[in-house]
Amino acid sequence: MSRMISSGSSLNRRSLLLGTAGLVTAASAFRFPTPAIAQGAPLKVGFMLPYSGTFAKLGKFIDDGFRLYVEQQGGALGGRRIEFVQVDDESKPETATDNMNRLVGREKVDVVVGTVHSGVAMAMVKVARDTNTMLVIPNAGVNEATGPMCAPNIFRTSFSNWQVCEPMGKVMFDAGHRKVATITWRYAAGQQMVGAFGEGFKKVGGTVIEDLALPFPEVEFQALITRIATLKPDAVFAFFAGGGAVKFVKDYAAAGLNKAIPLYGAGFLTDGTIPAQGESANGLRTTLHYADDLDNPANRKFLADFKAKSGADGDIYAVQGYDAGALLHEGLKAVKGDWSARNDVVRSMRAARIDSPRGPLSFNAAGNPIQNIYLREVRNGRNELVSIAGQAVNDPARGCRVS
Amino acid sequence: MDALTFAVQLLNGLQYGLVLFLVASGLTLVFGILGVINLAHGAFYMLGAYLAWWIAAYTGSFMLALIGGVAISFVLGLLLEEIFVKRMIGRDHLAQVLLSFGLILVIDEVRQILFGKDVHSVAPPAWLKGSIQLTDILSYPVYRIALCVVCLVLAALIFFVIQRTRLGMIIRAGAENRDMTRALGIPFDKVNRYVFAGGIALAALGGILVSPISTVFPGMGDGMLILSFVVVVLGGIGSVAGAAIGALMIGLTDTFGKVFFPQFSSILIYVLMAGILLWRPNGLMGKGN
Amino acid sequence: MIRLHPTMLRGLVALTLIAAAALPLLAPNYYVQFASKAMLMGMVALSLNLVVGYGGLVSLCHAAFFGLAGYMLGFMTPESGGASFWLSLPVALLAVAVVATIIGALSLRTRGIYFIMVTLAFGEMLFYLFHDTKIGGGSDGMYIYFKPEIALAGFALIDLEKSSNFYWLVLAMLVGAILLMTAIVKSPFGHALQAARDNEKRALSLGFPVFRLRLVAFVVSAMIAGLAGYLSAAQFGFVAPQMLGWHLSATVLVMVVLGGMSSVLGPVIGAFALIGLEEILKSSFEHWKLIKGLIIIAIVFALPGGIRQLAELVLPRRGDEGPPAAVTPADGTPDPANRRAEAPGTNPQAQTRGEFQHV
Repeated sequence: MSRMISSGSSLNRRSLLLGTAGLVTAASAFRFPTPAIAQGAPLKVGFMLPYSGTFAKLGKFIDDGFRLYVEQQGGALGGRRIEFVQVDDESKPETATDNMNRLVGREKVDVVVGTVHSGVAMAMVKVARDTNTMLVIPNAGVNEATGPMCAPNIFRTSFSNWQVCEPMGKVMFDAGHRKVATITWRYAAGQQMVGAFGEGFKKVGGTVIEDLALPFPEVEFQALITRIATLKPDAVFAFFAGGGAVKFVKDYAAAGLNKAIPLYGAGFLTDGTIPAQGESANGLRTTLHYADDLDNPANRKFLADFKAKSGADGDIYAVQGYDAGALLHEGLKAVKGDWSARNDVVRSMRAARIDSPRGPLSFNAAGNPIQNIYLREVRNGRNELVSIAGQAVNDPARGCRVS
Repeated sequence: MDALTFAVQLLNGLQYGLVLFLVASGLTLVFGILGVINLAHGAFYMLGAYLAWWIAAYTGSFMLALIGGVAISFVLGLLLEEIFVKRMIGRDHLAQVLLSFGLILVIDEVRQILFGKDVHSVAPPAWLKGSIQLTDILSYPVYRIALCVVCLVLAALIFFVIQRTRLGMIIRAGAENRDMTRALGIPFDKVNRYVFAGGIALAALGGILVSPISTVFPGMGDGMLILSFVVVVLGGIGSVAGAAIGALMIGLTDTFGKVFFPQFSSILIYVLMAGILLWRPNGLMGKGN
Repeated sequence: MIRLHPTMLRGLVALTLIAAAALPLLAPNYYVQFASKAMLMGMVALSLNLVVGYGGLVSLCHAAFFGLAGYMLGFMTPESGGASFWLSLPVALLAVAVVATIIGALSLRTRGIYFIMVTLAFGEMLFYLFHDTKIGGGSDGMYIYFKPEIALAGFALIDLEKSSNFYWLVLAMLVGAILLMTAIVKSPFGHALQAARDNEKRALSLGFPVFRLRLVAFVVSAMIAGLAGYLSAAQFGFVAPQMLGWHLSATVLVMVVLGGMSSVLGPVIGAFALIGLEEILKSSFEHWKLIKGLIIIAIVFALPGGIRQLAELVLPRRGDEGPPAAVTPADGTPDPANRRAEAPGTNPQAQTRGEFQHV
């Protein structure tokens, strides 16, 4: 710092002003755009994922999953070598447009893969639409991305919020619950998940007696847990993720409610959080498009390879990254790596049928996956498969005008 | 709302308020005695929780985590006072704001390097694990009740130290009139150092004590910092009694706000603050009203 | 910025302006957007300096005004097209002015540490208003799919969707803000504001309406920040509660201090420097925030000279810009009034005593 200041004092005012103004101009000279049209040039894939912050682990797993798929194919998809660029989105919507512009504008990537946080993903969708950049969303479930904001160049290899929760309505009704309370954070993902559950639950004849919510990402649940005890519903449907999921499940058990009022949830309530939740998570039933013990060849191979590559146990986030790689492969395979045939790439990707570790995976016109939703139960510290809650569940893609 | 539920919610509010008091008392002392504004107070709360998790993970003992976490934070406080804060006393608040803002960034990143950024939870000591049956379905965790008791004891201890000991006398004298205290030959610099380190230790202690009922996560200090500020503003700078009143008011406002006005519970706190400032610009127990 | 050789100065200003105006023709789009962003932050820092530098009041709720104006644009942008620039900008600024008047009137009753904390708390109140309630999409924020339309009698004058046009608009606004701020600082109002900073008691006894002076400065400053927030929301097409959060307020304070508080242009340069630095750090280090934090701490300790050194580059002679006492003391104390009035020549610790007082 002292060096900066002493060198600063030797400057005069003019060079300082010019310097600042010229800084940006000068910097641009280093990186003038060099279009990568040639067949031999690698295809540039930009990861815009959370490498720091609450969702850092998820970002890492998606990144590892994608890279694993490309490695399995020998570093090339459809004969085209793949090159990676990373940007840490920090799960901050306020810098999302900026980061996305950095990838599209400065790095000139061909495909963007991202991200976890729904707010960030929406900003990315907007830029992808404006610039016609190919975007593959490997997690964020915000309905609008494959709803009103859908576009031919936008895909998702994860889920929509609607998709993972709607099947839970029937599951809970069939378990004999008629009056249910819901609890979540007051933000889009929470409202959409709880909304979709309510839709499914009311369709089969159940009643939601109260929707409880608290600001995201607050974790002081005690007041609302006391409220649930007063309401005495047959069961509770909850959506929280990460630290909030850990604390809610623990608080719920500590208040003794889990014995009298069974807790159900979206899969994120118990995904990657069981070690921290400990015993209090036992017996929790959730729905998601994956279960830890899915027994199919693709999953067995994936789990073994992922462990060999990263040393960690693969989870749904890694699968979503892995499938993003597989989806891009479908597109590039069809055109033998010729990215200039973008329309054919898009067509093949929409028509892709992937043998995913999660089971059969295909896509609807809006680019959202059509997939099985599984009912799981926490046993032995894992989300073990109970049954298929919904076969080949397809998001209604409300508001999407692409067909 | 029946009487029992009301009582439970009251308990929730009190418990929340007591933790807030613990953290805010450290902040108000540093303000009042050193005249230094410390935005990094919340970062120490977060650091305390991570230390607790780290020590508990290695030793398996919450009590060791409690003692170790407080000790490490206290030493860290002494060091920071020696290196940075000492030079801040008497400097303008702008410099203090910036220094502590810089410290927040540094502490956050150092924590990330040392402990990572994962969410953790800490097990309470085994003898506090159970819960008390309140209604047919609702029970109350023993740890939460123990937490209230511990906070009350600590509060009594703080009041005792300030009102009844020589150290407390110096602290009160210093808050009243720094120059006179110094002129009387009282080793004020040393007191400053211990007050600052003590304030940091209180913040960390708050983080450690809530770690079994909260989760340990990177952003946990942010919300706590702002709430502590509100407590200090409400109570009056340097007034521990004011901090106690302010903290309980906020704990109750937040809890009942959540039940009755779910969307406005956070805003309610600030409305309360604005109202009190209109009435008493220097806080409830602040000087110069 | 005023006392340089007039010809040199004019040449310099012209050169800088030409270079800045030519940027969109020379640089790729990304850098044009980046420069727009930097200029907008420069505008916020510039506006904050009216309160902090010239008013001697450390406010920590400046981002709230920045964000509020952004949200106002969001509310006024219809689903199918851009909002009218001529309507939405004044309404946004008016909203900011009303809120700033209320917050200012309440906060300015307090002094010193209290003022900092009260502004911090009010800023957070606005943050939570947008974060916890549904009015602006809650914590998810809100999208602005179309940039405002500058039209006259039905004809679109400038297409802001083009990033170069947008850049020029921001540049023009920044130049306007600099000119406005220079005029304010040199006006009798500006002199009175600085006199109140340097010695509140004297200013009061001379009959200056100190409270009203400060309130006006607070509101004007908030409105300029609002202008930047409005443009920023238009640029990114997205507003989130974090735009109002105190982290941004503190970062803007860093910009102000980095660039120097004793001149109009200093904070703008500080903003450019900090944003440029962040951009470089971000792409080179994983733990860039650690370095940023250390740099901020270093600024605090190296600045007794540093601020002035940087400031003097921009302002070689302070001359008649204000009363002699307007020069920020070596330790940057913005409010030496109480010190001088109550404890002449004593040690700086006496300063805290004055903070417990209020007018």
